[in-house]
Amino acid sequence: MATTSLSLLQVANGNLPGHLVKMGLDKPLYLDSGKSLSPFVVAYETYGKLNQDHTNAVLVCHALTGDQFAANPHPLTGKPGWWDHMIGPDKILDTNRFFVICANILGGCLGSTGPASINPSTGKPWGLDFPVITISDMVRAQIRLLDHLGIDKLFLAIGGSMGGMQVLDLASRYSDRIFAAVPIAAAPRHSAQNIAFHEVGRQAIMADPDWCQGGYLNNDKCPTRGLAVARMEAHITYLSEPALHRKFGRRLQGREELAFGFDADFQVESYLRHQGSTFVDRFDPNSYLYITRAMDYFDLSEGHNGNLAQAFVGTDVRFCVMSFSSDWLYPTTESRTLVRALNAVAANVSFIEIETDKGHDAFLLDEPEMHRTLSGFIDGCALQMGL
Amino acid sequence: MNTPETPSVMLKSLRHDLRLIAGLIAENCRVLDVGCGDGALLDYLVNHKGSDARGIELSQNGVNACVSRGLSVIQGDADTDLLDYPEQAFDYVVLSRTLQATRQPEVVLSNLVRIGKHALVSFVNFGHWKKRIELLFRGRFPVNGQMVNWYNSQDIHPCTILDFVMICKNLGLTVEEAMTVDSQGTKKTISTNGISANLCGEQAIFLLSRERF
Repeated sequence: MATTSLSLLQVANGNLPGHLVKMGLDKPLYLDSGKSLSPFVVAYETYGKLNQDHTNAVLVCHALTGDQFAANPHPLTGKPGWWDHMIGPDKILDTNRFFVICANILGGCLGSTGPASINPSTGKPWGLDFPVITISDMVRAQIRLLDHLGIDKLFLAIGGSMGGMQVLDLASRYSDRIFAAVPIAAAPRHSAQNIAFHEVGRQAIMADPDWCQGGYLNNDKCPTRGLAVARMEAHITYLSEPALHRKFGRRLQGREELAFGFDADFQVESYLRHQGSTFVDRFDPNSYLYITRAMDYFDLSEGHNGNLAQAFVGTDVRFCVMSFSSDWLYPTTESRTLVRALNAVAANVSFIEIETDKGHDAFLLDEPEMHRTLSGFIDGCALQMGL
Repeated sequence: MNTPETPSVMLKSLRHDLRLIAGLIAENCRVLDVGCGDGALLDYLVNHKGSDARGIELSQNGVNACVSRGLSVIQGDADTDLLDYPEQAFDYVVLSRTLQATRQPEVVLSNLVRIGKHALVSFVNFGHWKKRIELLFRGRFPVNGQMVNWYNSQDIHPCTILDFVMICKNLGLTVEEAMTVDSQGTKKTISTNGISANLCGEQAIFLLSRERF
């Protein structure tokens, strides 16, 4: 536990590999809540080289518990980045051709400004004084990063889950800054079920006495048990019943027979406990509250009188929408709703449902069908763009 | 990874009905191909006719084949997914050898001419003399394809040329052009009553539009 907090502390102190840019001193970042951040920091990684015309930039948007370290070994965990199989020379996001950018989201906890950052007006961590943010706010921060990097128009924005929501928000509100958009396993709004699962996770964190009403960083505590429970619960929603059954069944963990107690009898329990306990090493509990809230607030049709199609009127962005057959968190019906809206404005859209039993998390995995479709779509777009 | 240099589809390599359909499509138009398969027609139209072309395809393999050649195709089917498109969104909507597999051919045809200024429909003519002989002398219901039986065929609504002319009339559709094509690729224009085409035509291609008042 000690090494862990030290790692996150080091992050807070800016001892993080990769790029950091402080922006907004002259021009604050205005948020949907009516509040603003000035300054704010964006931590990001890049892979490949920006070409002379600045036309080969790809923005990779990470999901709830992801971060900017999408490729190469992760500096905190030592494991491969969450999309290591996608980003690199001759991979789908070919760094010989593309300049790939991945930024830690606003509200995150790996370098970008979030609730664990220092509030400049108090000199202490923001905690619950941090303004509630939205997916659009995250995208605003990404756009400011693109301005900083001198990129007027992205070749591609791509992401899964919450990353897909950012892609959709970007494509809807900044259609002139993006050529192609790939939202994977995403949805145009958060459903009641999505909100319900998030609320359970938040309640778990807030019920931990070490949460200290959000002020744990000032009290030298951390609600790790609450965060671990939130992670365990969420992790179930990322998988599928067949995948869990295949992986664990009813097999027992390190024992021949039931122990008639409440230790982890079953392998699946042990697995979830492991997921929970390793997660707290790399994630800030308040960040978890803020980011899940941002996802709950997401509804693209809002501001268009509930008419989703209006969010895309006149768009010339090329879309490739992808869903997974066993994803019950952001099911195919959500992607179809999106595709219907795009069709209603005669947008340029491709859509495919990938057959897999791996659930929502399939977007993180080496799914051959997903790779084939993506590589075809991206090559086709690159050809049209002359890359 | 597929190379951008993959040669595009040539006209002569297209299936006969698709070749004739391609010939009926003007340059630089917006085209939707419903049931586009591996995207051969779309590929040809994009590369040789300057079309802004889209597709709908039921099978994951088909969609993948299309998307990986850079075509815009969505997974869906003619019965349910045409409703989503706005009126007159396309210059041409193509439905090649698919009508017989739809649950509601009337609704599908109406949608084709709603979302497209023109509809291009091709189908296998079950009025062809070989099909008639199948039923008359062998006493077996004619089917399409070699490995297909009446009980496992996807073709739940096969029709003849005269049947098709009738549905067009019932729906108030204007037949702008109509032709048959045989397995050698020989094309014949369908005459007014269509009786001889109904006997001798293997496949039919119709160019339709909504009756203008």
